[in-house]
Amino acid sequence: MKKVQAVLMLLIALCATATAGSSDGATSGQAQAAPVLDVLNASMKEKNGVGLDRLVQTDLQRACSNADDRPASQEQAGALREQAMASVVFPADGNYLGDWREGEKIAQNGRGMQYSDDPATPNGGNCYACHQLAPAEIAAGNLGPSLTGYGQRGQSREVLQYTWAKIWNPNASIVCSHMPRFGDAGILTPGQIRDLMALLLDPESPVNR
Amino acid sequence: MNTYATQVLGKAGYSFVAGLLMMLGSGLLAAQSDDTFSEYRDMFGDDNPAIFVIEEGADFWLQANGPRQVSLEACDLGLGPGVVAGAYASLPRYFADTGTVMDLEARLLHCMTELQGRSRPQLLSSSYSGSGGQGTEMEALVTYIAEQSQGVALAVSQKYPQELQAYHLGEEIFFRRAGPYDFSCATCHRQDGKRIRLQELPNITAPAGAGFAYSGWPAYRISQGLVRTMGWRMQNCVRQQRLPQLQPGSPASVALQVYMGVNAGGVAMAAPGLKR
Repeated sequence: MKKVQAVLMLLIALCATATAGSSDGATSGQAQAAPVLDVLNASMKEKNGVGLDRLVQTDLQRACSNADDRPASQEQAGALREQAMASVVFPADGNYLGDWREGEKIAQNGRGMQYSDDPATPNGGNCYACHQLAPAEIAAGNLGPSLTGYGQRGQSREVLQYTWAKIWNPNASIVCSHMPRFGDAGILTPGQIRDLMALLLDPESPVNR
Repeated sequence: MNTYATQVLGKAGYSFVAGLLMMLGSGLLAAQSDDTFSEYRDMFGDDNPAIFVIEEGADFWLQANGPRQVSLEACDLGLGPGVVAGAYASLPRYFADTGTVMDLEARLLHCMTELQGRSRPQLLSSSYSGSGGQGTEMEALVTYIAEQSQGVALAVSQKYPQELQAYHLGEEIFFRRAGPYDFSCATCHRQDGKRIRLQELPNITAPAGAGFAYSGWPAYRISQGLVRTMGWRMQNCVRQQRLPQLQPGSPASVALQVYMGVNAGGVAMAAPGLKR
């Protein structure tokens, strides 16, 4: 056990060095972030490829880690929104819409990036965990808004870009969104996002019928 | 069981509803009703399958074990060596002999290593059963000890500075976002009336939600055929956050339980609970 602790402390020290300036002390008015990261590092274990590196926060995560659920200032929120917008990679070929049938499967699939998941199989989007989509699905969560009838917005360039950006990095519209950055964080591939776009926007999709 | 609990348990998940349909042979409407879980629980009457696990836990408490071949009867859970009645309701708490705040699982691990001379890494890796498992010694001990606090008002102490620190640490971890999904505990547990799929999510920042969440664990999980502990619940929330494996009785796990337990106020302990 002593050895394990020593290795952990070394890892913590390495993490702290590698991320100096990004992992410490920015959460104003709360206990310092560094001890929290130490406690978390000492309390968790790598499993199935899910390592302690995941505990190190990004600027966005740090700014959104508070009871107010928003960055400390308007300026910071504006900067983070711009960063999020700049992170969005739009389809180079202008092709935004895939197959809604595949999209429905991705929306139903809750697997991906947990240490209990097989890293070799594609991740799901787990959209139904939080959103109503096709009305036939009764087991839809409500952490996010209902997206039933989303296709009423049409398929203008603005709607396509807004929706793509929302899925790629939702902080581009709402900083500290509770929704994951499905494109930016590499959870879903551009092809999978195209299929989800079709699920939302295709008039034939069960979301719109 | 209070109304909130009945509501939460009433909207149980797929596997449970499917099982219930087979057992009752009733129609689809019953599956969508809020009362399915109470009907199912009524079939058990006052029986919670956890009663067998309680007996098993009582045996483990008295059984000589480890290289030193002693029982856990000399283990001090906070109310004095060997005192089990009411101990769970006052945990986590500060222990002077270790200088740390411990939950029941941390304390049991301490007693198993210090009194019985057993290997900590081995105990840590065998704390929780896998799916379809038979139940572990830790799960049985926790069930037995928690049952000995049934009806006792929860009183998580904030008397010692270490206990205050643990609360603030727990609060900070609760709101701390990390990992590829940017999730914190608060992402799912800061609002009233929210669900993942059909699973209702207690609002841990408010007394009613924290009280419900705290008082019902450990619980017999019908879908798994096992008793699960609060430490297991914490570990699985963290897994769904896409973070590494939270260790039983670890400082972060204890801090989160202190945060929840203090927010819960003096709720009456109702464990072992019965959940989907």
